[in-house]
Amino acid sequence: MTTSSIALMIYKSPELVLSSMINGATSSITLAIKLLAIYSVWIAIMRIIEKSGLDKKIAKLLSPVVKRLFKGESEEATASISMNFSANMLGIGSVATPLGIQAIERMDKGSLYASHNIILFVVINCTSLELLPSTILGMRASMGSVNPADIILPTLLSSLISTICGICLCMLARKFSKEKV
Amino acid sequence: MANYIIPVLFITIFVYAIIKKIPLYTCFTDGIKSALKLIGDIFPFITAIFIAVELLNVSGLSDILTNMLAPVFGFLGIPKELTKLMILRPLSGNGSLALLDEIYLMYGVDSYIARCGSIIAGAAETIFYITAVYFSTTKITKLRYAIPVSIFSTIIGAIVGCLLCKII
Repeated sequence: MTTSSIALMIYKSPELVLSSMINGATSSITLAIKLLAIYSVWIAIMRIIEKSGLDKKIAKLLSPVVKRLFKGESEEATASISMNFSANMLGIGSVATPLGIQAIERMDKGSLYASHNIILFVVINCTSLELLPSTILGMRASMGSVNPADIILPTLLSSLISTICGICLCMLARKFSKEKV
Repeated sequence: MANYIIPVLFITIFVYAIIKKIPLYTCFTDGIKSALKLIGDIFPFITAIFIAVELLNVSGLSDILTNMLAPVFGFLGIPKELTKLMILRPLSGNGSLALLDEIYLMYGVDSYIARCGSIIAGAAETIFYITAVYFSTTKITKLRYAIPVSIFSTIIGAIVGCLLCKII
């Protein structure tokens, strides 16, 4: 995709190639600094949650669902998965990312190929349930919408259907795949 | 109401940790240390995605893709005007919010197109960003069916969202 973008620019505007690449890198640095601040606070809180054993309690609440979906994963991995799901559902996406990375590290067996469980986890994250789209509600309200909240239900249903669809497709892929892991 | 969730959550955690006799301060600084390491790990992947998105926009490739895919999305019941949003949404969260803002200005915030756009921007996730970052600390390079399944499911969700918008 990037190569074809550059190829197109050679034809249209070669002088912009380097500058736009640097622009992209600049905005990624801005984001990284913002994320560093957010993660510092959240991972610190997470560490406390882990040390005090609260994460295992949350995992127990969600375990009927998580254990069924992710068969054969260790207790640590299940805890990270449950924490990631709860962060996603609460709408604090910035916490979900470090937890998601941790969950994948704990599920990883060192292979080059992603296992079925890891793929299922990524798909659930990529189609995540959105209980309250607060940013968009704020945008709509500030633009003077008559009823900013009328998108909550359709957004919830839309994300619910994409999650269900993703889980079903993963289950099918696992069933028809030759590899068992 | 929403303003109280975070502070109450934090106090509950702190009090629980104190009862359990956890060294709060050491845990906190340890956490910040790992945040620094994590950012170092994921930074190259964020930068790569950002450069790709910038090039995609500046080169005009996204417009070409938009023109190509517009009839397909139109056929599926997703307004043609939202094709660019559908392309940008899995790549960049901030980019799609900026685009949504333009859509609000152009069509009016309560129009059918703007409401569909809100649902797409709200319900979908930054698929490519998530996958790039989530795998950044492992050796996994073969993601098999992870991305196709995610994209397909997101499109199904968007189609249902636009349909619901018509009914509600």
